[in-house]
Amino acid sequence: MFDTKTYSSEVNQALCDYLLRLADSSLILGHRLSEWCGHGPILEQDIAMSNLALDLIGQARNWYQLAAQQAGVGQTEDDLAYLRDAPQYRNVLLVEQPNGDFGQTVMRQFLFDAYHYYLLQKLGQSADENIAAIAQKSLKEVTYHLKWSSEWVIRLGDGTEESQRRIQTALNNLWEFTGELSKPDQTDEILHAVGLVPDLRKIQADWQNRVLSVLTEATLQIPARTWMQKGGKEGIHTEHLGYILAEMQFLQRAYPDCEW
Amino acid sequence: MEWPLWEVFIRSKQGLDHKHVGSLHAVDAQMAMENARDVYTRRREGVSIWVVESKYIHASNPDEQESFFDPADDKAYRHPTFYEVPDSITHI
Repeated sequence: MFDTKTYSSEVNQALCDYLLRLADSSLILGHRLSEWCGHGPILEQDIAMSNLALDLIGQARNWYQLAAQQAGVGQTEDDLAYLRDAPQYRNVLLVEQPNGDFGQTVMRQFLFDAYHYYLLQKLGQSADENIAAIAQKSLKEVTYHLKWSSEWVIRLGDGTEESQRRIQTALNNLWEFTGELSKPDQTDEILHAVGLVPDLRKIQADWQNRVLSVLTEATLQIPARTWMQKGGKEGIHTEHLGYILAEMQFLQRAYPDCEW
Repeated sequence: MEWPLWEVFIRSKQGLDHKHVGSLHAVDAQMAMENARDVYTRRREGVSIWVVESKYIHASNPDEQESFFDPADDKAYRHPTFYEVPDSITHI
């Protein structure tokens, strides 16, 4: 249980929305990574990806618990995870993209980790103590995620001809989903104005520097195309999210409140 | 896929020594270190990790078991059991 603060209804509504964005992005990426369990390219990396998945699902739980309590209408973390449909999900589009090959999973992870890392670093200084505490705890985990994914991007990019081709293809496929990561909207503005969340434009600069330096070391080319997808944060998703939810929520939908 | 084998040693807390916990595959020392972290310290087992490529470990030969180890069997005087420990000395 958190000792939550009381905010104006406008701020509180924005805050609940924002917490769902954090929670949903972690949950969906965690779920995607869990799909690798038992299918990893090598035992050690199978375990590594399961570890990442468990970290992310743990973070999602913390954010959902805070969101549920902050909303104050008697919902639980499980209600938020299992009883919302795709249009109510607020995760960024990047994390719902399919695993593809190992290269695509690694690239998706890297592009998200770099963003997640700087975001959590700044959220760790939030004026809201609960947000700051969850962010600081999560940052330790995500620091390792970023190290793991950066090294794999470099290893595959600066690797064999085939590994380079595959991870470059992954970058080409995923690049259009990176635009919305650090594009502020009204929710961001309202919360930034009261010191609860960071200015996304600053995160954009840090993200860009980190991504550029790793991709350069990996001998990869950023696609020239500049069109960027958006919508995840408002609940407009790619077709992939519905399938993820169908699998993730099946039990709860078919057998409400079942226990074992 | 023929990645080299590495041996992993974990120290469970400050002041204790590193203990062999198992082995894993990795392409280089850095990856071995991270794999060790992911495979062997998931449940807070350690505060320090050593990895060493298995080929650098030289093991004693089982065929030499007798000449290597048996001569120590009857050298009881090598144990410090013949000293009288004063009453005031504890923790020995």
